[in-house]
Amino acid sequence: MIRIASALLGLSMAVLLAACIPQPSSSKLHDGPRRTIENKGSDTLVNLALAWAEIYMERHPDVRISVTGGGSGTGIAAMINGTVSIANASREMTPVEIAAARANGVEPEEYVVARDAIAVIVNSSNPVDGLTLQQISDIYTGKITNWRELGGEDRPIVLLSRESNSGTYIYFLEHVIRQGESRRDLLFSPDTLLMPSSEGITTEVRQNPNAIGYDGLGYVTPDLKVIAVAKDSQSPFVLPSVRTVNDGSYPVARPLYMYTAGKPVGHVEHFLTWVRGDGQRLTSRLGFVPLSNASESGESE
Amino acid sequence: MMSQAETSEKPQFIWTEFVIEASIRVLGFSTIGFVLLIFLFLLLEGVPVFWEVPLKNLFGTRWYPNFGYFGTLPLIFGSAFVTLTAIIIALPLGVLTAVFIREVAPEWLREILKPMVEVLAGIPSVVLGFFGMIVIAPLVRVIFNAPTGLTVFSGALVLAYMSLPTIISVAEDALDAVPKSYRDAALAMGATQWQTIWHVVVPAARSGIAMAVMLGMGRAIGETMAVMMVTGNAARMPLDLGSLFMPARTMTATIAAEMGEVARGGIHYHALFGIGIILFLLTFIINLAAALAIFRKQRRGGLR
Repeated sequence: MIRIASALLGLSMAVLLAACIPQPSSSKLHDGPRRTIENKGSDTLVNLALAWAEIYMERHPDVRISVTGGGSGTGIAAMINGTVSIANASREMTPVEIAAARANGVEPEEYVVARDAIAVIVNSSNPVDGLTLQQISDIYTGKITNWRELGGEDRPIVLLSRESNSGTYIYFLEHVIRQGESRRDLLFSPDTLLMPSSEGITTEVRQNPNAIGYDGLGYVTPDLKVIAVAKDSQSPFVLPSVRTVNDGSYPVARPLYMYTAGKPVGHVEHFLTWVRGDGQRLTSRLGFVPLSNASESGESE
Repeated sequence: MMSQAETSEKPQFIWTEFVIEASIRVLGFSTIGFVLLIFLFLLLEGVPVFWEVPLKNLFGTRWYPNFGYFGTLPLIFGSAFVTLTAIIIALPLGVLTAVFIREVAPEWLREILKPMVEVLAGIPSVVLGFFGMIVIAPLVRVIFNAPTGLTVFSGALVLAYMSLPTIISVAEDALDAVPKSYRDAALAMGATQWQTIWHVVVPAARSGIAMAVMLGMGRAIGETMAVMMVTGNAARMPLDLGSLFMPARTMTATIAAEMGEVARGGIHYHALFGIGIILFLLTFIINLAAALAIFRKQRRGGLR
């Protein structure tokens, strides 16, 4: 029994070891030790973070950056637990998360890395062009249930949302459904379909003329129809774009964050500085809004 | 490790036999041990929710875990609705297929069909989920004029397809177990082949078919990925028949979608494990029913 047990132990350890060594052949290509940056979190930010990582690794072959998605909450939890060095988030850390980090001996450091407009999207055959924030709120709380009430065809409205672990979900709830007044107790209608990914939302909106969804502007493809949004019934309807986000006329825009556990040092700090400097040139190419001088300091919604 | 290997290398051949027998015994018992440990873990992590959240809230109708509403009823009903619909679709299909393969099909066709049914079981659920999302959901929306195609019915179709291999092979075994003398007697009495099948063979295999359905149901209620992709995940109460063409949120999809996000040890975390306990109990009851069906079948065998 002992022999078999020790053989099994040895075998499993060998497998484990083999799995732990990250591609020994590739590390020989460069002199000096390779440094790695683990980067995880927001699905909104993941394409941009991948682009940053790709360009940065081209210029700094000694640094290896791995980027994964999973949702803002997932990334922040991983940063708190020390499994990643940078968490991507499409929302600020909550007081609960900050307390959890401190209980773990981690003082989170916040960086705004880009800005993002949240686009409200419908099927391309939908005749509705513009909605006010109040109308969107009424749609998502279930007060308006037919496109007819909004000047569209006589069709039921199908509500699509991201899952509740998404930073976009929280932002949309607080800034569109509750319109910033967090004392109001409004929630998504129970009929809202919670989709596990951004692609889930775009797939359904693309094929269903009844659907309405929301997503980061970077995810919107030309075959979806973007709704122009007005702050209130007196304001003009505005389509999301780099310009309308920067001049503040598009009302549903938010900063995107990267969080580190404590003040970053060495290559992590260098990467973050680059992201907030030269890296900003990539943001608009991917449908995000670069940090401008005006939006450097945390803007209030 | 080296020294241990050396000691067991000693030439005592009775020992080797003992070692092999003992290790097989340990491995056998460890399976039971692991199940017990998993159940214990589930209880430890999940039971706190039953006093952290008032029962009225816990068995309420609103599931907004981020905002303190932990009503599990929509999830339980969602799972039950999807699973029952799937079984209602899969039962006739599965049993008829089993009857065809066992009783009607010629030998050569049977040899082709049986392995094909087994291949069905090997299709990964995420592939079926993707197929459901891209192909079945739009069809369901257009054909039934539903607001969206991501509905209970679409999920049930995918689940029915996934539980078919289980139902077919178990039901087929049950039909196979019916003694040849039953068929001979029926045919000798002047019954046609269909009369023999419907009035003698299938009723005799009743308990085995019931077991097939129970096992298929157990497969369906625990399925996660495909259901998450196809049912729309809206935590609404499916109270009328119209809900068949509305979205629903199942227990498994809820756990899978939310577990990655929760803070360890929080109420939400405990609530997800609480759902796990409820799911475990439901599956246990279904499996128990299947076991009882086997018991009845064996007793029938003993009487004959």
